[in-house]
Amino acid sequence: MDAEAQTRFESWDNNKLAMTLFLLSEGTFFVFLIIAYVYYHSLSNTGVEAAKVLDPLKTGIYTIFLLSSSFTVWQSEKSLRRGKQRAFQTWLLVTIVLGAIFLFGQGSEYLHLYGENVTISRNIFGTSFFTLTGFHGLHVLLGLISLAVIFVLALTGEFAEKHSSAVEAIALYWHFVDWVWVVIFSVIYLWTLF
Amino acid sequence: MSDIPFPGAGEALPLTGPQEKSAGLLGWVSSVDHKKIGIMYLMAGLVFFGVGGIEALLMRIQLAVPMNSFLSPQTFDQIFTMHGTTMIFLVAMPVLTGLANYLVPLMIGASDVAFPRLNALGLWLLISGGLLLYFSFVAGGAPAAGWFNYAPLSEKAYSTTNGVDYYSLGLLITGIGSVTAGINLIVTIIKYRAPGLSIRRLPLFIWMVLITQFLIILALPALNASLVMLLIDRRLNAHFFEAVSGGSALLWQHYFWAFGHPEVYIVILPAFGIISEVIPVFSRKPIYGYEYVAGSTVAIGVLSFLVWAHHMFAVGLGHSIDSMFAISSLLIAVPTGVKIFNWIATMWNGSIRFKTPMLFATAFLVVFTIGGLSGVSLAIFPIDWQVTDTYYLVAHLHYVLFGGTIFGVFAGLYYWFPKMSGRMLSERLGKWHFWTTLIGFNMTFFVMHFLGLMGMPRRVYTYPNLPGWGAMNMISTIGAVIMGLSSLIFIWNVVVSNHSGELAGDNPWEAWSLEWATTSPPPEHNFDRIPPIRSRRPLWDLAHPENPDWKNGR
Repeated sequence: MDAEAQTRFESWDNNKLAMTLFLLSEGTFFVFLIIAYVYYHSLSNTGVEAAKVLDPLKTGIYTIFLLSSSFTVWQSEKSLRRGKQRAFQTWLLVTIVLGAIFLFGQGSEYLHLYGENVTISRNIFGTSFFTLTGFHGLHVLLGLISLAVIFVLALTGEFAEKHSSAVEAIALYWHFVDWVWVVIFSVIYLWTLF
Repeated sequence: MSDIPFPGAGEALPLTGPQEKSAGLLGWVSSVDHKKIGIMYLMAGLVFFGVGGIEALLMRIQLAVPMNSFLSPQTFDQIFTMHGTTMIFLVAMPVLTGLANYLVPLMIGASDVAFPRLNALGLWLLISGGLLLYFSFVAGGAPAAGWFNYAPLSEKAYSTTNGVDYYSLGLLITGIGSVTAGINLIVTIIKYRAPGLSIRRLPLFIWMVLITQFLIILALPALNASLVMLLIDRRLNAHFFEAVSGGSALLWQHYFWAFGHPEVYIVILPAFGIISEVIPVFSRKPIYGYEYVAGSTVAIGVLSFLVWAHHMFAVGLGHSIDSMFAISSLLIAVPTGVKIFNWIATMWNGSIRFKTPMLFATAFLVVFTIGGLSGVSLAIFPIDWQVTDTYYLVAHLHYVLFGGTIFGVFAGLYYWFPKMSGRMLSERLGKWHFWTTLIGFNMTFFVMHFLGLMGMPRRVYTYPNLPGWGAMNMISTIGAVIMGLSSLIFIWNVVVSNHSGELAGDNPWEAWSLEWATTSPPPEHNFDRIPPIRSRRPLWDLAHPENPDWKNGR
């Protein structure tokens, strides 16, 4: 009776299930920061300053790096399932590099804005912009650290088996970080074009 | 019975955690055993209950007579802020998480939770957050902007000490701990149920805990987001909640209550679960309408996210928004009423045994219903406008949080203490505890309804000598002192009974769920064997092979 009653979730691995629940929680956290940005956009007309100081094209290019890392981490998982250790490690490394390039892009953008005297304390645009993108950047950084740990473990042959729920859970997290950025990029950068 | 296969020792019970050897204090502090962690949660909650209770008594002493000067206005503000914050975050949540921690693996026939080390992390985050919050007293002054910490009062310009920063950091840390515990319990309930324990046979306490954990992982992020925004405002001179520089104080209210209202259900649903376990066992009947009790919990969980602005009727959000939130708030009374009637129907025609757990459960039905009814009246916003920020609200929230959560918790503690310690709590002291609590509680809070309707504002350190105010406040204060004494009786009972109480045996209440199938206290791996589970009451089936539930379609 219970084998039949098993739902989809019951067949999930613990780590993947826990990560999904964690991402549900994190997603809610970002929803509140995103709503705050949108709210101040209309309340205090922060879009004007966003259009003035942000560079959607440059950030858009860095965005492509981040989004393609979703593809590479998926390739990495696929290679592991097929038992191709070498390809698994290589795709993992590519993912880390792509993520690092994105983070570098964000760092240089922050430096540029700081030079223009756009800071978190200057006005409500700076406040909502740096909080939202900053928390996303922090999540990218944590993802990179996790991927790096996985990569080092992979080099030591930790994932000799064809299945690792740790890799799958971290990949899930990485996809989450990427797709949250799609929303943030749309709300902050693409909005300046209209 | 012989045709039912018993799993052998340890079978079908995946051992999740590292097994422990160390004993003594180190054994406790370093433990990853869900039972020890559960008990530590309960003890932390009990300590903070004492602290929060002393804060309540200080307020009641100040308010005992008109124009009193026992506490300064500044101290009074700090005390009521810390009292509310403590009781919600450091008492109600940890005690319920502690009970869930102790009971979930036992009630579903597992050896531990899914992630034992994460479980320990959650406990220590809670304790650290609580200590950090209390550190504010010696670091320049406790937060004084109320437990919901409204902006702009909580901003740097108006709260100049570091109290609000400690509030934010402390609650962030306990909040992260709550989310880890929530994730852990959900995975445990989904993945570690014993063979045969399908979702439709799950004990109702587990049902309520499961729904609560979903509320926790979805509602706490709203609080965490608000707290980091406030911290960024205060420490980095940002402008989220500062209206002068384009921010919005109103957003804090929306965000806080987007968390705050689900939070109300986070601290009441597990109590509903306790009541749903205690009432059937002491009425010697299966729960009436199992599906409706479980289903109405889901309804409450969903609705709890749609009612937050009823805390903000006085803000002036406009007639249509107020009406919408009034209707959604009134709707919540329906699934809650369903539960109350199910519990009464379970007691109906039962052979009720009024042991202490049942006394608390029965009193819960009455006092919680009073709180529910004053809640319905507050959902009607013209009434809310009339009594907003008066003692009417204080009466309401204590009838649901003390009369609901705390009465439920006491029912649960008397019910499960024998399982945790192997010894019964004294019935004689238990009855003293019950009656003093009930009398003290109603003396303290019932008069507050009238004080509120007469216009006495909450959160003001003193009041003029208006007709009746002094007398009613004195009654309230005497009630609070009685409640304080009743808590001492409880602690005395726990200490004495834990040492030399009557031995409990495996199943002292002749209950039917799995936690009673193992020894009291259970061994570290919980079960040597699990009885076959073919209905909602596996231990009933085991004791009554001639008339098992599964033959009667239950």
